[in-house]
Amino acid sequence: MFWDWNYAWEILPTLMRASVVTIQATLLGFLLAAILGLVLAIARMSRTVWISVPTAAAVEFIRSTPVLIQIFFIFFVFPEFGLVLPAMTAGVIALGLHYGAYCSEVYRAGLENVPKGQWEASIALNLNPFITYRDIIIPQAIPPVVPALGNYLVALFKETPLLSAIAVLELMQTAKILGSQSFRYVEPITLVGAFFLIMSLVAAALIRQVEAWLNRTLRIGAGR
Amino acid sequence: MTTPMIKFEDVTKRYGDLTVLDSLNLEVAPYEKVAIIGPSGSGKTTVLRMLMTLERIDGGVIYVDGEPLTHMRKNGSLVPADRRYLRRMRGNIGMVFQHFNLFPHMTSLKNCMEAPIHVLGLSKREAEERAAELLDMVGLADKMDHYPSQLSGGQRQRVAIARALAMRPKVMLFDEVTSALDPELVGEVLNVIRKLGEQHNLTMLMVTHQMGFAKEFADRVCFFYDGNIAEQGKPEVIFSDPKEERTRQFLSAVLEAS
Repeated sequence: MFWDWNYAWEILPTLMRASVVTIQATLLGFLLAAILGLVLAIARMSRTVWISVPTAAAVEFIRSTPVLIQIFFIFFVFPEFGLVLPAMTAGVIALGLHYGAYCSEVYRAGLENVPKGQWEASIALNLNPFITYRDIIIPQAIPPVVPALGNYLVALFKETPLLSAIAVLELMQTAKILGSQSFRYVEPITLVGAFFLIMSLVAAALIRQVEAWLNRTLRIGAGR
Repeated sequence: MTTPMIKFEDVTKRYGDLTVLDSLNLEVAPYEKVAIIGPSGSGKTTVLRMLMTLERIDGGVIYVDGEPLTHMRKNGSLVPADRRYLRRMRGNIGMVFQHFNLFPHMTSLKNCMEAPIHVLGLSKREAEERAAELLDMVGLADKMDHYPSQLSGGQRQRVAIARALAMRPKVMLFDEVTSALDPELVGEVLNVIRKLGEQHNLTMLMVTHQMGFAKEFADRVCFFYDGNIAEQGKPEVIFSDPKEERTRQFLSAVLEAS
């Protein structure tokens, strides 16, 4: 028989345990990306050229090189400079950095869409730049871009199998090991694919819910 | 003679090749109410925006309450002001905008509390008391928990006035505050400004197209033309017996339209 149900059931618990690692890598990576992206976006909008230009260059550099190379670089090249990181940490940092660069562009669109009048009112009320960003600009900039950020969350999730290249025991790596032990690849690889499919669909549905909720909230916040 | 509250000394403002203000000289006495009128592009809004430090100055000096606004004194000469100095001077001035610029994610009350808490260092309770008092003064005691989107244009503009007043400025700037409103909402905003004129010791500058209100409310009317004051004087003189041909043309065009 092409598909062995008994074997599939047998490896399912192992794969479920590995999926925890996949989800951890996704959430930690995205948390890093979400924070780093905002910092990069604000730095890129700085009026100080010494901040904005290097930031823009760094974002372009990160976006223009493959994430797999970045993973390898952090894991295999950083130790040359004395920075040895566990595979999982290196992988999360690489994913967070890569998607942070993408998220920064999303945040930037959100920040630039806040009307000029909001900045002017903040100046007229003498709010300092930190309070202006924290209380006035960011609360208006982020809600409209949450769906776009959500898409990057799903994209990052689907890139986690790349971490198998540095032997992080996430789903893909576990499936490969199972396959090499039993010489059966159909069941592990198919199950991993099915897991990603289901989780992506669930995540997309959640994002739609959040989007609908935001649209209701944003209607309240539409008037200035 | 008392120190003028506001003094423009040969102030020039350019946008590229376009000179918006051409060595303007203007003095406003404490508690004086000045209406600024004139055709669009005559530089009248720029006067307010420069006072609010929303625009850079290209020449001359602006003084507020005897102190330079855009410059600071250093070793006996005037140098461009740094951020800290600007922040200190800005506290003297409040501004109400044509398009309200309320914070849409905050209630009326929160809109009026934000800056007193973070700039003046008021406690939450003090700020709330002050905000509630001012919202009551502008007739919005029942709208404190409403978001801007739940308010009419006139109500939004009254919140914006309360928000500016919460900072206790010496000077209030009104930039075409009724221009974005439906005609039936203009009166409620003008009434609030009228009330302010009676109750508060404020110096007021307003750019306006409401000639009737300017005539009744202002101590002085300045007619701007081509980046400078073409004519100024008491409203009854400017509106009934203008000396300048340009003033006459402008006023007859405005009156015809309304």
